[in-house]
Amino acid sequence: MSVKSESIQSKKDSGQDERLKKISPLRVLLNRPELGALGGSILVFIFFGIVAGDTGMFSAYGTLNFLDVSANLGIIAIAAAMLMIGGEFDLSIGSMIGFAGICIAIPAIYWGWPLWTSIIFAFAMAVLIGYFNGIMVVKTGLPSFIVTLAMLFILRGATLAITRLITGRTQVPGLRVLIEDDPIAWLFATDTFQWLFTWLGSMKLIALRTDGTPLATGIPPSVIWFIALTLFATWILMKTRYGNWIFASGGDKVGATNVGVPVGRVKISLFIGTAVASTIFACIQVLDAGSADTMRGTLKELEAIAAAVVGGCLLTGGYGSAIGAALGAIIFGTVSMGIFYTDVDTDWFKVFLGAMMLIAVVFNNYIRKKVTETK
Amino acid sequence: MSEYLVQFNNISKFFGKVIALKDVTMKLKKGEIMCLLGDNGAGKSTLIKTLAGVHKPDEGEIIFEDKKIVFDSPRDALDIGIGTVYQDLALVSLMSVTRNFFMGREPQKGLPFFKTFDIEKANSIAAERMGQIGIDVRDPSQAVGTMSGGERQCLAISRAIYFGAKVLVLDEPTSALGVHQASMVLKYIVKAASQGLAVILITHNVHHAYPVGNSFTVLNRGKSMGTFQKKDISREKLLSMMAGGEELDKLEVELKEMDRIENN
Repeated sequence: MSVKSESIQSKKDSGQDERLKKISPLRVLLNRPELGALGGSILVFIFFGIVAGDTGMFSAYGTLNFLDVSANLGIIAIAAAMLMIGGEFDLSIGSMIGFAGICIAIPAIYWGWPLWTSIIFAFAMAVLIGYFNGIMVVKTGLPSFIVTLAMLFILRGATLAITRLITGRTQVPGLRVLIEDDPIAWLFATDTFQWLFTWLGSMKLIALRTDGTPLATGIPPSVIWFIALTLFATWILMKTRYGNWIFASGGDKVGATNVGVPVGRVKISLFIGTAVASTIFACIQVLDAGSADTMRGTLKELEAIAAAVVGGCLLTGGYGSAIGAALGAIIFGTVSMGIFYTDVDTDWFKVFLGAMMLIAVVFNNYIRKKVTETK
Repeated sequence: MSEYLVQFNNISKFFGKVIALKDVTMKLKKGEIMCLLGDNGAGKSTLIKTLAGVHKPDEGEIIFEDKKIVFDSPRDALDIGIGTVYQDLALVSLMSVTRNFFMGREPQKGLPFFKTFDIEKANSIAAERMGQIGIDVRDPSQAVGTMSGGERQCLAISRAIYFGAKVLVLDEPTSALGVHQASMVLKYIVKAASQGLAVILITHNVHHAYPVGNSFTVLNRGKSMGTFQKKDISREKLLSMMAGGEELDKLEVELKEMDRIENN
């Protein structure tokens, strides 16, 4: 963008504006919110490349493994990041994942619904709950922290109570047999590019099982969703009017309202976004495991927020990026899987997660001052 | 067509038992700068919010281009051409100059459902508009937070004009600014008026108001003390008409008294 503006300047007057320093590409990068996350992910890959380079972490199977974990987190982190840019939090993401899981499983197993209707049912519930969260925050003016904290308990409690009431248990297994021939379920349950992996296997380029089929069978659905959502969210934020409204709503609610931005509608739609992303997460996990669990998704809301923060989102709203959140998710996913390949006790993962977040917040704070300081 | 672009006739506004405004009348011609003066609590804010469509007047009428107007929302006021620049300026400091300039009214291009924010066009318009008022936006993608207070004020005014303001209502545009910055903003206000806009300048600083104003309306405790043409009133008279005047005289006497006692 900065390069373009230079051409405007030089068009206007023949000489270069003496106050406009030549902006180096590094400087442009420094002004981007995802810088910290980019640096962090490069460091993480260098670290594991050195420590675990020869352990199979970066084999096809190992890579897909940590990408799968990153991608799952990324799906909710991107939605959480957009909501944070819009100036709000959603602490009910984890509970929504559990709730969406039983919304799929109970109708399909106990009520005899076709799997695809229960998936649509789960998404409809997500839209409703997201709408409710949004309208509560917008109409009451209460902090979204409180409203969605209440929703965290309500949804988790309802998930447990309803599941026990109907099934007498806390798990609903038996979904795997329903996936085949379902018109929608494949969207969340198919490994893609299987031909590529079969071919790589036949060329003996990737590890094989004893029966000759490749160990890694294809790109998991989570990764495809993750890439698609990252691109979609980035397009919205950078290239559309709605994206500008998201930044404006989070940056200054009153100011945005005064110039005609429909702040309430923007925020409500972002709450629906996090609930829908949670349901995508739930679909992928439930169909992968073949069962729904009432505790699924516990604490995921905090991991999503952490990834968004590491990705450069400000807690006060109005600043951040979807690519940053995606990189934040990749950092967490890579470390959580990579730690198994090192000699480090996996108990230390949470310590790393916390430290990483703390460093990110301090760094972001510094960047924000840099961006807004009067020159 | 009357010679006035906009007229506010006998506007009153009550909040419960409190009389915020009583029978305030103001008339503005095209190209005129009217300064609305008054001390804190005089009703200046209530009056502009009434002009901006935030409050509905309880009594009186607003006549714009010879038609009686009733505003249901701030949007209505904007649509007919009353552009209000509040003290907070409605600028987001973390967002770029361009994104602020077009906030809420972004130009779009492309097919329906795939419309994108036309950022190139927006950048060039923002840079051009800012250039016209003598502010070289070094880079329209720079954050507004990097601009000076005067530049921000000018950006907010320029935005209101670009989006069709015929009457510009400015709430304390110079109150937070230094001398140099304030004069830059005042110069721009004069320029805007010379292009045919009617400007209502709300301030409690007579020294800023007097050089640029054509007429002066003084509010005191919710009532208008009258509207005066510049030739009919001096700066000192204006100052003393605002509630502060008498008190400042008293203060001066008291200070002299204290001085005398100390010196003895």
